[in-house]
Amino acid sequence: MKYVDEYRDAARAKALVREIRRIATRPWTMMEVCGGQTHTIVKQGIDEMLPDGVRMIHGPGCPVCVTPLEQVDKALAIAADPAVIFTSYGDMLRVPGSTTDLLSLKARGADVRIVYSPLDALRIAREHPDRQVVFFAIGFETTAPANAMAVWRAAEQGIDNFSVLVSHVLVPPAMEAILSSPSNQVQSFLAAGHVCAVMGWTEYEPLAARYHVPIVVTGFEPLDLLEGILMAIRQLEEGRAEVENQYVRAVRREGNRMAQETIFRVFDVGDRTWRGIGQIPASGYHLKERFQRFDAEHRFRVGDIATREHPACIAGEILQGTKTPLDCTAYGVLCNPQRPLGAPMVSAEGTCAAFHAAGRGLGPVARPLTVLAPVGTPGAGR
Amino acid sequence: MCLGIPGKVIEVRDEGGLAMGRVDFGGVRKDACLAYVPEVKVGDYVIVHVGFAISMVDEDEALRTLELLDQMGDLLQQELATMGPGMTEPAVVDLGPAAAGAPS
Amino acid sequence: MTGAPTDRTALDPLAATCPAPLAEQERVLLGHGSGGQLSAALMRDVIAPALGAASPGGPLNDAALVEIGGQRLAFTTDSFVVSPLVFPGGDIGELAVNGTINDLAMMGAHPVAISLAYVIEEGLPFDELCAVTESVARAATAAGVRVVTGDTKVVGRGAADRLFVNTSGIGVVPEGVDLGADRASPGDAVLLSGPIGLHGVAIMSVREGLEFEVEIASDTQPLHRLAAAVLAAAPDAHVLRDPTRGGLASAVNEIAVASGVGIELDEDAIPVPGPVRAACEMLGLDPLHVANEGKCVAFVPADHAAGALAAMRALPEGEGAALVGRVVADHPGMVTVRTLVGSERIVDMLVGEQLPRIC
Repeated sequence: MKYVDEYRDAARAKALVREIRRIATRPWTMMEVCGGQTHTIVKQGIDEMLPDGVRMIHGPGCPVCVTPLEQVDKALAIAADPAVIFTSYGDMLRVPGSTTDLLSLKARGADVRIVYSPLDALRIAREHPDRQVVFFAIGFETTAPANAMAVWRAAEQGIDNFSVLVSHVLVPPAMEAILSSPSNQVQSFLAAGHVCAVMGWTEYEPLAARYHVPIVVTGFEPLDLLEGILMAIRQLEEGRAEVENQYVRAVRREGNRMAQETIFRVFDVGDRTWRGIGQIPASGYHLKERFQRFDAEHRFRVGDIATREHPACIAGEILQGTKTPLDCTAYGVLCNPQRPLGAPMVSAEGTCAAFHAAGRGLGPVARPLTVLAPVGTPGAGR
Repeated sequence: MCLGIPGKVIEVRDEGGLAMGRVDFGGVRKDACLAYVPEVKVGDYVIVHVGFAISMVDEDEALRTLELLDQMGDLLQQELATMGPGMTEPAVVDLGPAAAGAPS
Repeated sequence: MTGAPTDRTALDPLAATCPAPLAEQERVLLGHGSGGQLSAALMRDVIAPALGAASPGGPLNDAALVEIGGQRLAFTTDSFVVSPLVFPGGDIGELAVNGTINDLAMMGAHPVAISLAYVIEEGLPFDELCAVTESVARAATAAGVRVVTGDTKVVGRGAADRLFVNTSGIGVVPEGVDLGADRASPGDAVLLSGPIGLHGVAIMSVREGLEFEVEIASDTQPLHRLAAAVLAAAPDAHVLRDPTRGGLASAVNEIAVASGVGIELDEDAIPVPGPVRAACEMLGLDPLHVANEGKCVAFVPADHAAGALAAMRALPEGEGAALVGRVVADHPGMVTVRTLVGSERIVDMLVGEQLPRIC
C-alpha cells in the first residue's frame, strides 16, 4: 500500500532506533495521546527498543476508553428502546457500561448496527422513516468533521428520525490537565497526527511555551513514531520546547479550515467528563442550540443515569499514565479482553488491551479464561 | 482517533450537493466524502477516516521524509563500517545537519 | 455474561483476584462462534463438562478418529451459517462440502462420503435452494465424494438466516498416518500452503454496513490432494490444520497449547495479498485473525520440510506455499512473531467477534 508500506520498512526502522540510542544521554519521559499510536508502539515493541530511562507513557488517547460512563449508559438506555435502530462505530460495542454493553444488548434482540461512517447511519435513517435512528457520535477532533457533516445534512434534508448521542473529547485540554497536575512526569508529547490534520497545531504552541515541553505532531506508522520520538528526544537534549511536525505529508499548521468551519457550525466547545479522569473544562463538543433537535439526549428521556464503575478497575490511573496495566491486580486475572472491567481493556487501542494482546505481564502460563462472570462484573463479552 | 488510511482518488462526483468520491486503498475501493478536500483531483492521495477524506497527502513531503530516513540509514552503514573486531561502539562519525529531523 | 446484578454486594478490590464465580444466567454471544478464545472457553467450560463421560476427551482435532473392525475412520461434522449465501468466490454449498472434506483431510483421511442437512427459513426461493444444492453436487464430484444421506427441515420466518447447512463426513485413514494437534514437536517446521485472509475479506466486502469493492474471492477449495501430497513427502508429519474462523493465529495457538510447545512465526514470510492487507488496514483488523477456507498449515520435522513444501507448491492448491515459522521448546503454549524493529511480540488467538474499528 502506498504511503503505508514505506513507513514500515525494517531497515529504516533499525536506523532510527540506532539514532535514538545514540543521541539520548539521560532519562526522558514522553507521552503519546492517541490510541492508534499506542497500538503501534505496543504491537511493534517500539517502547521496548528505547534506551534505558527513556520511556513512553500511554496517555488518554483512546476515545473509546475515555467516553464517559454516563454516555455509555445513555447509549444502552436508548439502544434498548424497540423503536430505535442504534448505530455505532464497531469499537464501542464491547465497552462496558454500569451493567451491560451494546453487544450483549444486541444478543438480547436490540437493533444495534455497526456502521463505518456517520453517513451510513444517515442512510439507514432515510431508509427507515418509521424508526428512530441514533448514531453514537464519539471521538476526538478527528471524527468531528464527519459527525458534524451528518448532523448538517440531516438538518438540510429534513431527516427528522435521525439523532446523535454526542461524546466528543478534545486533546489539548487533556494535555493541559496532565501537564498542570502536581504529579506530572511527562516532559514531552507526541501529538496525534490526524487530530492535527483536522485542527492544525496552533493550540499546542501556548502549551509548549507555558509548560516548556516539546510537542511533536506524529503519524501512525512505525517509522513515523520512531521519527517523532527521535525529534522529541533531540529537542529535550537540546533544551528546546517547540511544536514540530513529523507528519509532514498530511499535516499543515493551520489544519483543515473547511473541516474546522463545519465543526464550529454544528458544535460548541463545552465541559466534558472523561472516563477514569473526571471533568476537564472546555474539553468536549456539544451540539449547538440550533441543532438540539438532533441531540439524542433531548429526544430520548434518558434522565438521571446512576453510573457505577467496577471497583477493581484503575482505568483512570492508566489513562493518566500514572500506572501501567502491570500495576493492576485485576489485569490478566479478573480483567481481560473477553471480560473487560473497564474501557482500556476493551478497545484495541486501549493501553490494557494493547498490553494484553502483546502478552505483556502475562507470563508463560495457561490462559485462565472462563465463560462465567465473576460477581458484579459489568458488561463483558466480545 | 487515528485509523485514517491513505488512498488514491479514482472518481469524483456530486451526490445531492455533497462532494463524494471513490477511493482505492491498495486494491480495496470504497466511497468517501470529499467535502473537506475541495481541491482534490482524480489521482491525488487522501487520508480517509470514517468515510471522510480529512487531508491530502503531500507527495513531495512524503518523499522527503523517506529520503531523510535513508540518509540516516546510510550514515548507520558508515558507522558500522568503522567498527573493528572487539569494538562495541562505532568510532564517532560526523553526522552533520543532514541527520536532523524535519522541523515544522 | 451480563445480566443486571441488582443485589450483589460490592466487590472488595483487594479480594478481586479471587472471586467466587456465581453461576448467573449466562448467554451465548456471537463471539462464542468466532473460532477464537471465547469459542474455546464455551467448549471447555460449558459443553465439554455437560457431555462428561459421553465424550472421549482429548485434544480437539479437525476430525475424530474412530476404529471400526481394525480400520481407522475419520469422522467429522460442521455447520455453515455464512451470510450472505453467495459471496465472491463461492457459496454456502461449496463451503459446506469443502469444509468437511478438509476436516477429514487434516487427519490424513481419504474422504469417502458426506451427509447434507438443511435448515431452511420459510420463504427461501426454490431457485436459490437449487443453486446451493448444485454447488454441493459440483464440489462433491470434484472431490470424489458422494452425498449419501441428508435431511431437510423448514422453520418459520426469522428462525434461520435464510439457510443453514450441516455436513458430516467420513474418511479412511491409512496405516502409519499419525496426525494430531498434540503432536507438534520442537524443531518442526511450520509450513503454510498459501496466502491468508482471502475468505474473511471476501465475506466482509459484501457484508451489510461495510460494503467495499475488492478483487478478492474466497479461497474455498478441497485440500485432500494437498494433504496426501504432504504426507507422501513427509510421512512423519505431525500436524495438519486448516485455519478457518479465527484465522492462522487461532489455529496455530490451539496447536501450541495442545502440544505444549512454543511457535515462532516470521511475519515477513506469511503471504498476505495486497488487497487483504489493505482491507485489514481499513477495518483495523489483523490478517492473522481473518478467516480462511482453503489453506493448510503443516507441522513437519525439519528434515522433511523442504520436500513437503515442494510437494505443496507442485499443486495449484498450494500456490504460494511458504515456510513461515518453527516450533520451539521456549514459551510453551504461546506463539510469537518478530516485529520489524527487532522485538518479539505475542500473537494471541482471536478473542471473540471480529469487529471493525475506527481508531
